Amino acid sequence: MLNQIAQAIVLGGYYALIACGLSFMLSVMRVINLAHGSLLVLGGYFLWYLGENYQVSPFVGLLALVPLLALAGWALQRFLLERSARGGELLPILTTFGLSIVLDNLLFEQFGADTRSLAPYIGDLAWDSFELPGGIFVGQIGVLTLVAAIVLLGGLQLFLSRTGTGKAIRATAEDPDTAGIVGIDARKASAIASAIAVGSIGVASAALGMRATFDAYAGGAQLLFAFEATIIGGAGSLWGTLIGGIVLALAQTAGAAIHPQGFLIGGHLAFILVLFARFLFLPGEFTYRLRRIAGLAK
Amino acid sequence: MTLLSIENLDVRYGQFKAVRSVSLKVGAGEVVAMIGANGAGKTTLLRTLAGAIRPASGRILFKDKDVTALSAHERVKSGMVLVPEGRRLFARMTVEENLQLGGLVKRGGDWSVDRIFSIFPNLVKRRHAKTGTLSGGEQQATAIGRALMTNPDVIFFDEISLGLSPLVVDQVYASLAELLKSGVTVVLVEQDLKRAMAVAGRAICMLEGQVVLDRTMAETSRDEITEAYFGLKRGQRNDHGHGMGGAH
Repeated sequence: MLNQIAQAIVLGGYYALIACGLSFMLSVMRVINLAHGSLLVLGGYFLWYLGENYQVSPFVGLLALVPLLALAGWALQRFLLERSARGGELLPILTTFGLSIVLDNLLFEQFGADTRSLAPYIGDLAWDSFELPGGIFVGQIGVLTLVAAIVLLGGLQLFLSRTGTGKAIRATAEDPDTAGIVGIDARKASAIASAIAVGSIGVASAALGMRATFDAYAGGAQLLFAFEATIIGGAGSLWGTLIGGIVLALAQTAGAAIHPQGFLIGGHLAFILVLFARFLFLPGEFTYRLRRIAGLAK
Repeated sequence: MTLLSIENLDVRYGQFKAVRSVSLKVGAGEVVAMIGANGAGKTTLLRTLAGAIRPASGRILFKDKDVTALSAHERVKSGMVLVPEGRRLFARMTVEENLQLGGLVKRGGDWSVDRIFSIFPNLVKRRHAKTGTLSGGEQQATAIGRALMTNPDVIFFDEISLGLSPLVVDQVYASLAELLKSGVTVVLVEQDLKRAMAVAGRAICMLEGQVVLDRTMAETSRDEITEAYFGLKRGQRNDHGHGMGGAH
């Protein structure tokens, strides 16, 4: 029992990490990035390619991947989302959906159907574990991922609340027109926010490839887990995302304990229960946000 | 010295002309009151000056530079700032954060969060409160403070007394007295004629998108402004009274 909870918390750290960029994008830009999972897998292939062809450790590869993804995030905002946002709030979401299909199929065309993993390039770390009191073993990769999630989410929270750029991003998220009147370059603030959101996906890419395998179409499932963690955690609160990831993993673990095939169902049930509970008990803010996202409210 | 110069400015909302070929100059250090009925184009003119609305034609010169093509945030950098109608604060951020946002342009100058708190002492205890929870007067003070934090050369006030009780309006204006004396150039839209005449050195009356009166307060009178406000002097304007045929 204790063992299962410990494993679930570690898994929750992974969900929180992959949800980080999605949650950031949703909370500050009001965009659900449906290409999130595809970008995650793209990053995984980038790290795999460096490891396979140049024997580069994924940890070193991140130094290149994160800036490249940040650049892609900047371009995504400037050339796609900013333009599509003029057509209403639903259009950016559809744009990211289209982008995900393009990315998935390009990856499949390039890399084929073979599953890949980053495990061969990280040595013993791939299977080493820590022993906790009580004879519980947790994988070092999992613990590292959990720590990465806490550092990343905490860092982004601090960035938003303490720095000038962070405040400019929050102001732009709330009211871009008024931000301009106060002297904030709203376009720049949005592009920086997008660069940060997509750049942070790189860290999740490394975690994805190190803990398991992936193929070109693995993005969909990752997007679903990330989305569920984000919504359970409160749709756009960064610390909530960490809680959301852990709750999702705990629910999946509980589902698996009840029935061998209950793992995914447990997670989905928790997601739906939280969603309904929010509708019932927190009608104002949450439904308002959902309506906004769906383009039904200003 | 002319600080702000507007030349033949036209602003449209679709087919509707909200501001029609307005030309005027504002000198450095002047306090100008814009007076006119609802829909006369005052707010549109101020928002166009601040860069929130694009003019259909005409030019805006600020410190002898053409700023017509500049976006709102670039105009703030060059030294113009608007205190918008309805305050438009960031409701999810605290008073202090709203003020700090104004300081992000880094124009350099005397204004700091502490100095804002010294002219609006009622804000001090609300420093860490979300602005959504403030009273109307506190919100207005925060909005003015946020604009001052950009260290502007000219500040546009749009209906700062709107929606506030007379007592609170008195407090806001009392706080502004120091600011008005400090030499910053001010253009304010104010519905309360008495208050506008007390504060400003010059009156500009607008009617149906045009300037119908532009005099120093010393040269004009309450009656003259009232006439201009309601458009009582006909004949000076050729586009008045259309669509009223058969009404009398």
